[in-house]
Amino acid sequence: MTSKVITVTSGKGGVGKTTTVANLAAALAADGKKVVCIDGDIGLRNLDVIMGLENRIVYDVVDIVEGRCRTRQAMIRDKRLPDLFLIPAAQTRDKNAVSPSDMVRLCNELREEADWILIDSPAGIERGFRNSIAPADEILIVTNPEMSAVRDADRVIGLLEAEEKPAPSLIINRMNPDMVKRGDMLSVEDVYDLLRINVIGIVPEDENVIIASNRGTPLALDGKGRAGQAFRNIAHRLNGEEVPFMDLEARSIWERLTKLTRGR
Amino acid sequence: MSDTSLIQIKGIRDGLLVSLGEASWPELRSALQERIEQQPVFFQGANLSLDVGSRVLEVSDLISLRDFLSERGIRLWAVVGSSSVTENAAQLLGLATRLFKPTPQVETLPVAKGIEDETALWVNKTLRSGTRIEFAGHVIVFGDVNPGAEIVAGGSVIIWGRLRGFVHAGAQGNKEAMVCALDLSPTQLRLADEIALAPKRQGKSQPEVVRIINGQIQAETWNFD
Ligand SMILES: Nc1ncnc2c1ncn2[C@@H]1O[C@H](COP(=O)(O)OP(=O)(O)OP(=O)(O)O)[C@@H](O)[C@H]1O
Ligand SMILES: [Mg+2]
Repeated sequence: MTSKVITVTSGKGGVGKTTTVANLAAALAADGKKVVCIDGDIGLRNLDVIMGLENRIVYDVVDIVEGRCRTRQAMIRDKRLPDLFLIPAAQTRDKNAVSPSDMVRLCNELREEADWILIDSPAGIERGFRNSIAPADEILIVTNPEMSAVRDADRVIGLLEAEEKPAPSLIINRMNPDMVKRGDMLSVEDVYDLLRINVIGIVPEDENVIIASNRGTPLALDGKGRAGQAFRNIAHRLNGEEVPFMDLEARSIWERLTKLTRGR
Repeated sequence: MSDTSLIQIKGIRDGLLVSLGEASWPELRSALQERIEQQPVFFQGANLSLDVGSRVLEVSDLISLRDFLSERGIRLWAVVGSSSVTENAAQLLGLATRLFKPTPQVETLPVAKGIEDETALWVNKTLRSGTRIEFAGHVIVFGDVNPGAEIVAGGSVIIWGRLRGFVHAGAQGNKEAMVCALDLSPTQLRLADEIALAPKRQGKSQPEVVRIINGQIQAETWNFD
């Protein structure tokens, strides 16, 4: 398999990028693929915490870039999945320590051995975001069904279009069907209607996400739980499989959405 | 050739302003790069504005310059020039296209009385949040104008799509200017000096045209017959 670099970004902070990277990585690695995650959020790292690998960090991405260690030495192996690795961000450096071309070089080196390289972008549209999208073959935009998050996603999509990056796909995270039904939350259709990009996943609001991230064990490995299932579905779609959207509540919406996205 | 004749640098309120002399873009670019490599400390951390005159620069030119600068800790802040291609490219990348002036000057757009300036800007895409288009003539958009996007036109604005962002038509006081869209629900709409806040849509959307009638902004169905 030729390897793929996938960047997860959002514009707005706190919408679930790190959660998405940790879960997709686990789901892909559980399929027997070799996966390397890179934490692109230099200065504010937390992918290591969500993956429960914080106490194993010796070297980080800045050490690789500045030549203090070999790439292999900074790759931390996951506790459960032998094919899953993390390259952590530096906690104490500012984001200018890494440049877009450093990221391209690092990913080209990783392509030799990994099937999937997942990059956790920081929020915003500044240097860390530019670093994260520079090597991307595919870009996933995470948003919440909430106007400010959707607007930021729209801004990021516009920037990607202007730079002629590959067309991004959308993950709508923290859907709450009851709130949509009461008219208190944007529906999947409302979000799609504005952004008009391929929807690759819809993840429900699920307290297990918070429990799992506090424990440092990815939810997607667990058989039960709707959010875990949603992340596994996204991993399958990344692999090119057609997986129907989960029937969270109103079936007609999902059917229409599948039609909309398939036509593109 | 000494590169001092090709590029001039001076300090301005926003940071550094680089003006370009007469030469091709690749030559000017490498002159600038050389200058930066020679004095990295001087440039480090600066916001750099570039006055490109009438030169036509594409998005790809600006991206590669921006990335070069960014790797040296310099932020490309503004690109000013007279070509609308360059200006659009800069706006698409979210760069400023005007320098700060101590006294606000309005004559950046030529005054259009009646609709004398019959040129139109053709925009063949959806304008997403954060995009701003300024044009002295008419603007035609084949796509949507999303919330957070802005169009300021000296003439009229025609949107073959949904208008949900901000539009100011007749921005230089032209009261003949109008705005039409297939679905009109702007965040805010201005015609000449009048401001209309969009009422909540009732029922199904339909093509509408908005103009000033008897001194008031009025919307009516956009009739094609
Ligand atoms: N589907 C979900 N259900 C419930 N809680 C969620 C869900 N997705 C994310 N969260 C919670 O939202 C918070 C933010 O998530 P996360 O850290 O993944 O966001 P982020 O986009 O990476 O944030 P930042 O921009 O700060 O990097 C976390 O506490 C996480 O547990
Ligand atoms: Mg994060």
